[in-house]
Amino acid sequence: MAVETTHMRKFLNEPAKVVKESLAGLAAAQPDLVRYDAAAQIIVRRDAPRKGKVALISGGGSGHEPLHGGFVGLGMLDAACPGEVFTSPVPAQMLAATKAVDGGAGVVHIVKNYTGDVLNFKLAAEDAADEGIKVTSVVIDDDVAVQDSLYTAGRRGVGATVLAEKIAGAAAEGGADLAKVTDIVKRVNDRARSFGVALSSCVPPASGKPIFDLPEGQIELGIGIHGEPGRKRATLGHAAEIVDVMVEAVISDLKPRSGAKVLAFVNGMGGTPLLELYLLYGEVDKKLRAAGVEPARNLVGSYITSLEMAGASLTVLELDQELSKLWDAPVHTPALRWGA
Amino acid sequence: MDAATIATWMHGIDVVMREEKDHLVQLDAAIGDGDHGTNMTRGFEAVVQALDADSSSPPGKLLILAGRTLVGTVGGASGPLWGSALRSGGRVLGDQPTFEGMQLVEVLAAALASVKDLGTASVGDKTMVDALEPAVETLRARLSGGASVADALGDAGDAAEAGMRSTIPLQARKGRASYLGERSIGHQDPGATSTALIIRALQRAVAQAS
Repeated sequence: MAVETTHMRKFLNEPAKVVKESLAGLAAAQPDLVRYDAAAQIIVRRDAPRKGKVALISGGGSGHEPLHGGFVGLGMLDAACPGEVFTSPVPAQMLAATKAVDGGAGVVHIVKNYTGDVLNFKLAAEDAADEGIKVTSVVIDDDVAVQDSLYTAGRRGVGATVLAEKIAGAAAEGGADLAKVTDIVKRVNDRARSFGVALSSCVPPASGKPIFDLPEGQIELGIGIHGEPGRKRATLGHAAEIVDVMVEAVISDLKPRSGAKVLAFVNGMGGTPLLELYLLYGEVDKKLRAAGVEPARNLVGSYITSLEMAGASLTVLELDQELSKLWDAPVHTPALRWGA
Repeated sequence: MDAATIATWMHGIDVVMREEKDHLVQLDAAIGDGDHGTNMTRGFEAVVQALDADSSSPPGKLLILAGRTLVGTVGGASGPLWGSALRSGGRVLGDQPTFEGMQLVEVLAAALASVKDLGTASVGDKTMVDALEPAVETLRARLSGGASVADALGDAGDAAEAGMRSTIPLQARKGRASYLGERSIGHQDPGATSTALIIRALQRAVAQAS
């Protein structure tokens, strides 16, 4: 099968095996942290199940790495369920993951708000309930680009997913019970908002061509993480102007208290270099302070991506003492590590 | 109509999905993330394998098996939606070895109800329902009016295709296309397109059975 077409040059053997081979590679790189169950198609924390600990699982289409497999480990997820590229995983994966991590204290399903994810996780939660495992589910819907109305599928789950997995993961690691961990996920979702901008589309391995074409000098505003077009197109201007749009979109919806401490997460969509991400963060920092909020914590890097899409998203989470403490708590996963 | 009719139907869907895969991917790339064709092809390939391994089940059980297989392989929203649709449809037939025209209507009506219940879409939302609902209503009306199953299914196929085309000017209110807002207008919905293909495959399978 082609590894190169007119539009695509990728490191792969056969497009149909990309996900499986990548997962095997992740497990080979991090054998102390995770294992890859190829039959069940899940990534599981090496020391799972942890008796008495609330477990967290998430999942979704592949193509967003390191989300979610790269976040399995101490202080974050207990298992991840990767579907085909940009395709929701199937219920059997979530059921297998739930059973693999259940330590008797319940399992939280973190579900990004996409119709496919919501439906497949819903079916899996029913299966888990049939088997007597206590499961709670929280849907993440932080993207402000889409109106949450009767006339859309609701807001997409994007950057806040990473923050929720880390913060609630810390709560679970620290011994919080199912109700508390579930509540933490909800709180992060309630107090975080995101907005993304793309400078290019991306090329799914199975199709071999970009999902959409961006004419020169144009950018997409209000993008998701699946390479789909955004809400509208705009002219590519200076980073400062683009950040103005992003900060305005997020802050006007989040409405943080004046003087609030926030976590500012500048995320790369996969194809944008750190050179640019840090430049963007510098602008974000300035604009947030000008808007009367203090970026007390931050995260800069490519953590919830869309293959090789050039672009960036901003997530702002309004912090409180508890959320800050949980953010600072130790984490040891393939993609995030501090304090451990 | 019997188990062989269902098997022929599923084989027919498998063939047409492979033929139309790129077209479906292209439709889905315009207002989604370009995976609909790949997902449906994967799912129905698995359905055919599962059904080929089952030489004894009655038609209803085959539909349930097909539905379960789709849930386990398609992923995305289409897996649960088509999975529930075929399982609900299959349950209508119980263990009966054969079925007639009006029962086929009830199978498809149950499938439609399942899709609408799970996905909460209605006609006009720019989804598979825009093709499936007109197909079911047309089938029921034509059969009640005394048409042959073959003729009624031909009209149902026409209705499904008309429904598919009707999605072009609509603004999506469900699924990934809804994130695009007004930009979804002017594009045919991939889910409605694959649904029309599925209804036409049913028409051909029943024609072959007679």
